[in-house]
Amino acid sequence: MDLTTLTYMVVGASFALYIGIAFWSKAQGTGDFYVAGKHVHPVANGMATAADWMSAASFISMAGLIAFLGYDGSVYLMGWTGGYVLLALLLAPYLRKFGKYTVPEFIGERYYSRTARVVAVICLIIISFTYVAGQMRGVGIVFSRFLGVDITTGLLVGMGIVFFYAVLGGMKGITYTQVAQYCVLIFAYTVPAVFVSLQVTGVAIPQIAFGSTVADGGAWLLTTLDGIVTDLGFPAYTDGTKSGIDVFFITLALMIGTAGLPHVVVRFFTVPRVRDARISAGYALLFIAILYTTAPGVGAIARLNLTTTMQTGPVGAADGNLVYEERPQWFRTWEETGLLSFTDHNADGRIQYYNDANPEFAARAAEYGWKGNELTVDRTSSSLRTRRSRGCRTGWSPSSRPAGSPRRSPRRRDCFS
Amino acid sequence: MKDGGYWRANLRLVAGCLAVWFLVSFGCGILFVDLLNEIPLGGFRLGFWFAQQGSIYVFLVLIFFYAWRMGRLDREHGVEELAEEQEED
Repeated sequence: MDLTTLTYMVVGASFALYIGIAFWSKAQGTGDFYVAGKHVHPVANGMATAADWMSAASFISMAGLIAFLGYDGSVYLMGWTGGYVLLALLLAPYLRKFGKYTVPEFIGERYYSRTARVVAVICLIIISFTYVAGQMRGVGIVFSRFLGVDITTGLLVGMGIVFFYAVLGGMKGITYTQVAQYCVLIFAYTVPAVFVSLQVTGVAIPQIAFGSTVADGGAWLLTTLDGIVTDLGFPAYTDGTKSGIDVFFITLALMIGTAGLPHVVVRFFTVPRVRDARISAGYALLFIAILYTTAPGVGAIARLNLTTTMQTGPVGAADGNLVYEERPQWFRTWEETGLLSFTDHNADGRIQYYNDANPEFAARAAEYGWKGNELTVDRTSSSLRTRRSRGCRTGWSPSSRPAGSPRRSPRRRDCFS
Repeated sequence: MKDGGYWRANLRLVAGCLAVWFLVSFGCGILFVDLLNEIPLGGFRLGFWFAQQGSIYVFLVLIFFYAWRMGRLDREHGVEELAEEQEED
């Protein structure tokens, strides 16, 4: 069976599953539509919250962002999970106790004011639209890749499907669809992560792998990574470039923002009791943490992978860089979509990937005959890129491969997860 | 039914949990990160580990601990909800 058919079958099957669930659990009344009749088990609610929360942003971009930001990327990891502590301790149980359908309804009743309720509705709409705008870009990218259409068409197809099952099933349908989505999502995310960890470090668990040693060299992975990126003029991976105060307040803002997200808050209205709301927040974070603790491992390994793919030999050596004509298949695929691009500034046919914004390194780069960074990576896609590249290599390790040896494989296209 | 003792205990629990929440993320992960980075934890530098792994694990433990203690507090003060269903967490 060829890859395209397989892709359509897998994607088609998962959507058939979601729509099937929507039919099976279609809303019977107002209570069902808004709060799933308040009969959702806390574990199911936790899973649905996790799927709800980890939409396109976490799934597609996070590992990529962290790969490029290193320690600075921690703001997203701590910010987007720490908010759940605030949610569980300060918000969820109390909102559930009040027993209403929505947050604006709670605010209207609590402050005895229709005006307050209207203000809450306006805030909610603004927050939701801003949030959805970002997510929809992700939906567009994913569908355009699967269906081979442009991003706008992909976006419309994706929206159509979501609209269909959301209207049909209401909160009840959405909840169970999301439970299924979570299972699909976490499987698709962790399986390649486990394999890439095994390949690079010999440790199957990504959370431990990026604190382990690289399989053949014996050096710590993060130490190796710090070494190679600083050799190319980038800041050390485990050190930040942002000032402490920036990191502090960005993290704080992301935490408070997470605790206040309407589509997350509303999920805690769907469980039977207040105590279920408390424990449910714990399950939500548990399911989120599986992805969120995997992502930094993937990020670190991806950065090492990208850097050592381009920098095949010693920094500054004439043959130390990847020959463009010998670039791997994933590189070509992502070039076609414009998410990765190469400009041969010094016309040597090799790819120089380094930090040309670093004035100290610039002098050395000039000595090597480098005339600027030649590789541009769209960060939003780097996680997808990694997913694509890593599932497809076998026996790759950072230094055992002879410099410039071709690593093409005709089956590489079937690695999209 | 709900007396002052219950609310005070509730607040104390929340305050305690939030203190730990602050300590692991903003403390270990951000404010004292350079200091902790001097300590190795396997291949990690400890501050970096707290920022990208440790704080998340602690958050998780905190929420379950809070839910468990609140459940006990509810029972002790007789404000436990009557189960609508037979589900147990």
